[in-house]
Amino acid sequence: MTITEAPHATRRLSTSKAMVEAIAQEMDRDPSVFYLGEDVGAYGGIFGSTTGLLDRFGPERIIDTPISETAFIGLGIGAAVEGMRPIVEVMFTDFMGVCLDQIYNHMAKIHFESGGNVKVPMVLTMAAGGGYSDGAQHSQCLWGTFAHLPGMKVVVPSTPADAKGLMTSAIRDDNPVVYIFHKGVMGLPWMAKNARSTDEVPEGDYTVPIGKARVAREGSDITVVTLSLSVHHALDVAEKLGPEGIDVEVLDLRTLVPLDREAILESVGKTGRLVVVDEDYKSFGVSAEVVATVTDHDPGMLRVPVQRVAVPDVPIPYAHDLEYAVLPRQDRIEQAIRAAL
Amino acid sequence: MTTEAASTSIPQQSRRSAGLDGPARIELYETMVLSRTFEEAILREYHADKGPGFDIGKGLVPGEMHLSAGQEPVAAGVCAHLTTDDAVTATHRPHHFAVAHGVDLEKMAAEIFGRETGLGKGRGGHMHLFDPATHFSCSGIIAEGYPPALGQAFAFKRRGTDRIAVAVTGEGAANQGAFHESLNLAARWSLPVVFVVEDNDWGISVPRSVSTAIGSNADRAAAYGIPGERVENDVEAVYDAAAGAVARARAGEGPSLLEVHTLRMWGHFEGDAQGYRPDLSEVSEHDPIPRYEQTLRDAGLLDDDKVDEIRRLVSTAVEDAVSFAKSSPIPDPSTATDYVFA
Repeated sequence: MTITEAPHATRRLSTSKAMVEAIAQEMDRDPSVFYLGEDVGAYGGIFGSTTGLLDRFGPERIIDTPISETAFIGLGIGAAVEGMRPIVEVMFTDFMGVCLDQIYNHMAKIHFESGGNVKVPMVLTMAAGGGYSDGAQHSQCLWGTFAHLPGMKVVVPSTPADAKGLMTSAIRDDNPVVYIFHKGVMGLPWMAKNARSTDEVPEGDYTVPIGKARVAREGSDITVVTLSLSVHHALDVAEKLGPEGIDVEVLDLRTLVPLDREAILESVGKTGRLVVVDEDYKSFGVSAEVVATVTDHDPGMLRVPVQRVAVPDVPIPYAHDLEYAVLPRQDRIEQAIRAAL
Repeated sequence: MTTEAASTSIPQQSRRSAGLDGPARIELYETMVLSRTFEEAILREYHADKGPGFDIGKGLVPGEMHLSAGQEPVAAGVCAHLTTDDAVTATHRPHHFAVAHGVDLEKMAAEIFGRETGLGKGRGGHMHLFDPATHFSCSGIIAEGYPPALGQAFAFKRRGTDRIAVAVTGEGAANQGAFHESLNLAARWSLPVVFVVEDNDWGISVPRSVSTAIGSNADRAAAYGIPGERVENDVEAVYDAAAGAVARARAGEGPSLLEVHTLRMWGHFEGDAQGYRPDLSEVSEHDPIPRYEQTLRDAGLLDDDKVDEIRRLVSTAVEDAVSFAKSSPIPDPSTATDYVFA
């Protein structure tokens, strides 16, 4: 089954549990799937990415690694080259700095350099994002950096149902897929969360196609293109503005690579107004790419200048009020929407 | 600290040097000659059209070219213990290991010439050779070929086979994090890996004495509780040491570290004048191939006729590969964005 719209289901799960369910179902289905990373065993993943999997699949398939990202990402690459389907967790996107060579020079390039003769079917999961005062080295999104470097798909689910369906797709994909989950969408009991981080999730196995955006809310006045946790914030704002007669369309990108440019053009073609919301750094990144998607096609589609809501080009501050001043939260999104009307 | 006690040698009892009979010794020689002949042909083709002067991006074989002449004993001695079911991850200087591991010469030559018939259809180049048929790969990034070898070894072990992975770096790589992370993980998980360090004394222009705190990287094996051994650039010494390391890996006893004090006969890359190198005038005296040839002549295994025959066969194979490469189609520029995704 392939779903592209909100599925019909009555059971509600947190994003974390939905992600774990996808991993468990794929591990049941395919013995070549295994999961490794730091604290993914007895702890269950610092952000709940593997809760309960050790008990179910044992230490041969749910593997705690040393703090040694270069070695264990490389191990994933080599195992994938030999036909296994590893899921490798890097605890925080921020840690890419200690292991980027294996990611962008090896994982992402081997297929190309081999002229298509070697496949690297692995998933690289990472927790991203701020909002809980973890400071400049543990709060970044950085998905734009991965998306910038060719050779890896990049998915960024925002809902429990998508988290499950995109994980299933990522595991089954014959390419390296970077699966980035914002800590704020996981529904963790120890972190403030949006009510949308728990939602209906279909039973059984299903896929959400990589490369297809989702209209999270239909609207006719203005388009908000966004991803991950910012989808939740944008929906909050859309609901608030509805009674004022402002009809906001929220487009959840779900995937950065490949980017669903048609969905962006379709929505902006309808509304003529664009706000891009991205928790990554503002310059040279995702928000600019979304805008360029429109202007490359036809700048005349835009009736007013675009508004971008992103992290200004500054490291994420520690103090709560400073951090919230730079994150793209409801207040800034609302301001941007009003400015673009 | 550099002491004999710091490294645990690879167990002698598992060595197979006793099995090195006449034909096997001749085979080691043939492998080295094939590798050298291949590289001499690449050297000739590389420099044939770089002028006037030297323009690195010019000619049928453009770009950086790192040749391994002098290091053939390492590849020949190690790969003699492998089958093409075993994996090898080599370095930016990969040709001798590719030749010794049985990578198809024509496809390799075609890749070096950037042709559509190459191992990577011209997308990789000489530092990026990937051959699924022999589980061979290489990486242009120092020490970063080690981690993927762990995964190949992991997969082989998981499937209950006795296949192994050989991971190769140079001595400069032994100061990189990837080297140490890989030794630790392979040791802790008892992965069937043989770590090979080719110490050719030079990290481009920086001598080992300047870069490295200890005299033998084999001593570093002790830090991970695995055997380590350093041998000189003699193909039978490498063969003997590798026998133990390979046997240990196949038996499920875990990784070993083998450093070979080898010889970089030519520049770091072609075009490197090596003005920093005081030993240049003596290099050819230490060429391991004539030395081994003499050993086999002394043992009555080679004579002029046999040597001529080997050289003729090898030369034919190499020139056929070069001709194949040169006559192969150049990739169509309209396909430049192909193969990013499967």
